[in-house]
Amino acid sequence: MTDKQRVCVTVNGRRYERWVEPRLTLVDFLRHELHLGGTHVGCEHGICGLCTVLIDGRSGRSCLTLAVQVDGAEVTTIESLRDPSTGALHPIQQAFVDAHGLQCGFCTPGFIMTTVELLRENPDPSDEEIKRALDGNLCRCTGYQSILASVRLAARRLREGREA
Amino acid sequence: MKPAPFAYHAPETLPEAITLLQRFESDGVDAKILAGGQSLMPMLAMRVARPEVLVDLRRLRSLDYIRAEGGTLTIGAMTPKRAAEQSALVRETQPLFHAATELVGHVGVRNRGTVGGSFAHADPASEYPAVALVLDMELKAVGPAGERTIPAADFFVTYMTTSLEATEVLTEVRLPAWTRGTGWAIQEMARRQGDLALAGVAATLRLVRGACTGVRLAAFGVNATAVRLRAAEELLEGQRPEAANFARAAAAGAGNLEEPMSCVHASSEYRRQLVEVLAKRCLAEAASRAV
Repeated sequence: MTDKQRVCVTVNGRRYERWVEPRLTLVDFLRHELHLGGTHVGCEHGICGLCTVLIDGRSGRSCLTLAVQVDGAEVTTIESLRDPSTGALHPIQQAFVDAHGLQCGFCTPGFIMTTVELLRENPDPSDEEIKRALDGNLCRCTGYQSILASVRLAARRLREGREA
Repeated sequence: MKPAPFAYHAPETLPEAITLLQRFESDGVDAKILAGGQSLMPMLAMRVARPEVLVDLRRLRSLDYIRAEGGTLTIGAMTPKRAAEQSALVRETQPLFHAATELVGHVGVRNRGTVGGSFAHADPASEYPAVALVLDMELKAVGPAGERTIPAADFFVTYMTTSLEATEVLTEVRLPAWTRGTGWAIQEMARRQGDLALAGVAATLRLVRGACTGVRLAAFGVNATAVRLRAAEELLEGQRPEAANFARAAAAGAGNLEEPMSCVHASSEYRRQLVEVLAKRCLAEAASRAV
């Protein structure tokens, strides 16, 4: 009845094929099957947002998605952001470092992947728009103000980068 | 926080999905439909729900659409909420439904969660059922016997329960043409923006010769389903759009509610108080938008 199902999925540009139990969540699939530990597991029921990844380019909670549901899809995780040739951090990651958008770092992958989608859709968001976009992500360290500053900084650098 | 084991099917077509549901029904197998999973997955994780089988509708791309049919706006059940939120057609022709969509969950939840999923899940704290009652929406379902259209008032039965048969699939939600000049509002109180509402109110009304008419109010997050606040509607009908009239109507609406639910975050009394305050604010906001 609960036979394993085949999942063919592209993660960070690389194709994987695995046979998985239907109940396996995407976040456990990424961490335990593909050994991509950058996506963190928090509440496992959709509250904290820290397992956020991009599925076909759109943010989603990988604890509220089954691995079998991404068969045929493209998944993007935090591991894809670093520049593959230079190893440099992505401008959003660098902005979180520079503006103290993290302390313990546990929630950071979720915030950053959510920010990737936000700044792609809206390169110059207002504070209100940033807050709305990040309202599904919890952080227990920063008090959020430095995260807000990090996103503002990232947005400015990305805009300047495009103009340069 | 891992779901209990289940079998998984992702049919290619709607008839195939219905055939599967029929088979499970006749075999006495507990099957559950999976749409976007944003409400079902937490229930599986907490093992509040332990279905033996999930029938995933993700391959039914034909149920992902937003269309104007005459004056009626029809939205396919598998349309992501985010698509409805980003649709100019929805925003321009159905402002209340659009505003309600923006209140559902967080961006990532609206990306994955479907419009139909929220209706079929029938969470009493969800915005859509209240909007459906206010706007007289209709729900289209397909089952072994064919298609039927269910008025919103007959669709929501009780907590997480609709009048859909186990072998039926919700395929479309239908919004009747918006009457020009109708004022609207939806407001809710949640512990965090995007979380399930502790209580909320949706409203529409029109102003004709300086008097409120066609007043519709529904509360969510308080009883087993969303409920019309008929006492408030009747009291305000024909009255002038003034603060004292809104306050009197809101008090009557909240006062006539069946005992609201109670939890650690919000007592029954607090929820009733929220409904009164939100109803008053919604009526004022709706009147300010009516022309």
